[in-house]
Parts: sequence; C-alpha cells; structure tokens
Amino acid sequence: MTHTDKLMTLRPYFDSATQKVPALEEIREIKRYKYLIFQLTRRDILARYKRSFLGVAWTMLNPLGMMIVMSLVFSQLFKMVPNYPAYVLSGLVAWNFFSQSTSAAMSGIVWGGNLIQRIYVPRTSFAISAVLTALVNLSLSIVPLIAVMLFIKSPITPAIAFLPVSMIFLAAFALGIGLILSTLAVYFPDVAEMYQIILIAWMYLSPIIYPENIIPPQFNLLYHLNPMYQLVRLFRLPIYDGRIPTLNEIWPAAVVSIAVLVIGWLFFTSKSDEFAYRV
Amino acid sequence: MSLHTVSESILSEKRDSSTAQEEIIRLEKVSVQYRIPEERIGTFKEYAIRFLQRKIRYNTFWALHDIDLSVYRGEVFGLIGKNGAGKSTLLKVISRVLRPTKGRTVIFGRVAPLLELGAGFHPELSGKENVFLNGALLGYNRKEMEACFDQIVDFAELWPFIDAPIRTYSSGMYARLGFAVATAHVPDILLVDEILSVGDEEFRKKCNARMTEFRDKGSTIVLVSHNMTDMGKMCQRAAWVHKGVIEMVGDPDSVIEAYRGL
Repeated sequence: MTHTDKLMTLRPYFDSATQKVPALEEIREIKRYKYLIFQLTRRDILARYKRSFLGVAWTMLNPLGMMIVMSLVFSQLFKMVPNYPAYVLSGLVAWNFFSQSTSAAMSGIVWGGNLIQRIYVPRTSFAISAVLTALVNLSLSIVPLIAVMLFIKSPITPAIAFLPVSMIFLAAFALGIGLILSTLAVYFPDVAEMYQIILIAWMYLSPIIYPENIIPPQFNLLYHLNPMYQLVRLFRLPIYDGRIPTLNEIWPAAVVSIAVLVIGWLFFTSKSDEFAYRV
Repeated sequence: MSLHTVSESILSEKRDSSTAQEEIIRLEKVSVQYRIPEERIGTFKEYAIRFLQRKIRYNTFWALHDIDLSVYRGEVFGLIGKNGAGKSTLLKVISRVLRPTKGRTVIFGRVAPLLELGAGFHPELSGKENVFLNGALLGYNRKEMEACFDQIVDFAELWPFIDAPIRTYSSGMYARLGFAVATAHVPDILLVDEILSVGDEEFRKKCNARMTEFRDKGSTIVLVSHNMTDMGKMCQRAAWVHKGVIEMVGDPDSVIEAYRGL
C-alpha cells in the first residue's frame, strides 16, 4: 500500500537534527496542518453561538449596541464629527477585531496547553485560528456598519473595495501581537490579566470614540507612533471617509504590521519547543 | 583508501540484509531534562527582581538520559518500568511533543498517538463535528476524514447519537469515539499508553482486535503497560526503562523476568 511505498523512500518523516530554523519549519508545518486551522476556526465560531438563541446575529448586534450607547453619550460632545454613529462604529469594529483576536490567541495557547503536552500540533495554529475567527466576525460586523451608514445617509463610495487590504494589515498586526502575548502568557500567567487593563488604556489612547483633531498638537508625533492609530485610520478611510488612502497613509500601517508579525513569529517559534515543558 | 571504503560499504550492506530489518524509529543519545523552578514566579516584577539577584533556582532532573533505541518496522515493541521511570516521556519524544534536550530523534513515518482518548473534544460540538476536529488535530486532512467518517461511527457504534452535543455522551461513548478517530487510518507507528484500561470488556476486545489488525497490515506499535501478561503475549521485543535509562532490551519474557527480579 501507499504506506509501504512511503517507507521505501526512506526519507525521514521527522528528524530533529535537520531542523535548524524553527521559524521556517513552522511555516512548513502550518501548510501541512491547514485543515486543522480551518477546524479550529470552525470550532470557535460554532461553539460561541451553539447555546445562544440568536446565534451569529450577536456578532452584528454587539457592536451595534455599543454604537448606540456611544452615540447617545458622545454625539453632543463630538458635534463636529459628521455622521458620528458611522465614525464610532467603524472604529469600534476595527478595535473589537484587534482586542478579540489578541485575547483569544493568548487564551488559545493556555487552552491548547493540555493538548500540546499530549499530541504534536504546530503551536502557531492556535493564534492563527484566533485571528481567522475574529476576521470572520469582523466581516460579519461590516454588514450592520453599512446598514447604519445607509440609514443615516452617510455616503458609501467605491473606495470600500480597499477595505480588505486594511483588514489584512490589521490581521497581520493582530497575529504578531497575539504571538508575542501568548509566548509571554506561557511563562507569566499574569500577562493575561494585565493585558485586559492595557487594552482599555490603549483603546482610549486611540481615536476610536473621539476624533483625532482633539489631540493637542504637542502630542501629535507621539500619537502617530501608536500603530493602532495608523491601522484604525487605514480601516476608516475607505468606508467612513469614502476615499482610497494615500501612499503616505498606507506605508506606516504596512511597515508596522509586517514588522510586528515577523518579530512575533520569530519570538514565538524560538520559544515554542519549550512550551510542552512549561504550560 | 578507495578499496577500504568499498569493502566497508559491502560489509554494511551485508549487515542490513542479514537482519532484514528496517529502522522506523531511531533515538540517538536522547536526553530530556525537566527544569522545575523551586518556587512559582508568576509576575514580571518578581521575575525581574529575582533575575537581577540571580536568584532563580531550578531543580533539574533528567527524565531520560542518553537513550539509544531502534524500533523496527512491523514489530510490537513494549516499554515496561515503574511509574515515573520515563516511559511516557519516551513516547512524547517519539510523538514530537517534546523535543529532546540533547540527542537526535529520527522517525520514518507518520505517528498516531493513542495517549489520551478524546483529548481536544469540545463539549458543545456534536459528535460529528468533533470527529472532524479531532481528526484534524491528529494531522489528517479533509479528504482523509471524509473517506473514513462512516467507518469511525460504525466502529464506535454511535450512529443514533452522532449529531448530539458531546457533553451528553457517557465516558464510555467518549472513549469509543476517541479510539475510533485515532485508529481510523492504518498508521505507520501507533503509540499506546495504558489506554486500554478504560471501557468495558467488549470494548477492550475490540481495541485489541484493532491493534492486531494494524500489526498484520504492517504498522509498528509501541506499547506501554503495567499488565505483564498482556505485554508478554503481544510484544516481539521489549525494553525495561528504569530512572530514565534503558536497563535492558530483548525478548519480552526475559525483560519481564529481569524487571521482576529487581
């Protein structure tokens, strides 16, 4: 049978001596295990809604509810922002994607901890599937965003076709951060709690619910160094502002997200062989 | 010089053909060291302070020490030893869960671990959804899983319940489904760690029949058990692991005798 043929070639299926570069090895393994990524993503989406009556609708209702609260509270304060509900909702869905995927990546490795002590799976699969799950949720929450924009007569232009590009950069950044956080969480369980506080601070330091022009000019440079500022703006431009971002608006987001992904991948894979000893 | 190499290669060829055995698992000087911090350090602050004071102390111990072991294709190989001797650690090295601290592992085939049945089942998902999830965790792709789905449910005898959430299953049903998924395909190497103690008599018989079938189809089986009669009956060769070192390798009866004599 095929199984004998495989052995006839005498090529080792696995040889611990030939694995010099764990970061590249992991990419190969992820390709081999892409069905696992699909199954983990499917599990997360199914499990989340199995017991609720409205199911997947909650993905859309959740940001919608947040938007209504924010609009009621802040629309008087931020009168200068045209179509404030659309502004705040577009920021919120992007932010929710980031906070959801990074938190899920971190709890994924802790959940997977008892699994990776029993069987071999590529360790990055948990973070990758966490980001993919959040990406599905993000795509779903674009539906109520468009509905709200139509309802308040905020213009939608063909520039919306650029949105997937913004989402890819956002996903790359989230995966990088997710990998760094999950590595840290394996060694220091407190990181998970700490991160929830950091997330709140980070959200208020980014222009999610307020317009960026209320930032005092002396903090301008500092503000531009916040990657989430760049990424949320890149997400908002094609949908809320209705125009294709300029090159100067694209490159900082692209550079920061790809750099963080590479750093996260290298950091995670350099430590991941130790995880089975630690978690 | 050239003559020398030629004669050497003839010699080695002869050795291969005389034994007619193909290595499927090779461990070369494999050592596994566990490092356990003396106290649990849970925060950065604590870690940073201790690190600066150079006060992070570890208890290290070698769970495996300089293990050289070859397992050949098609044999049933038993591992015996006391609890904590390193048998399970050895299985984890073979299944790639642990990368050895030192040494080299070479595996010539796909490993199906039968370590704990149903690891990774999600309680809210249905039996069917869990079959596919579990198959993916074991490294199978969609095509492979679709091809063997019916056979899995047949073996587990769970057709009436396959669409019910797995949290409603009894522990016996859970184990049956786990075993059925893990053994859905004939693997090159099957690792079995004491799992046959779960389930009733009938299920155990079925599992044993499955393993015999695998052996007949050419799978290599590495077995850990404390049941010496089973080991003597099933294995062609056995190794006695004691305190992280292999004390003896050979035919199961004499290895068991030596182990009992301790």
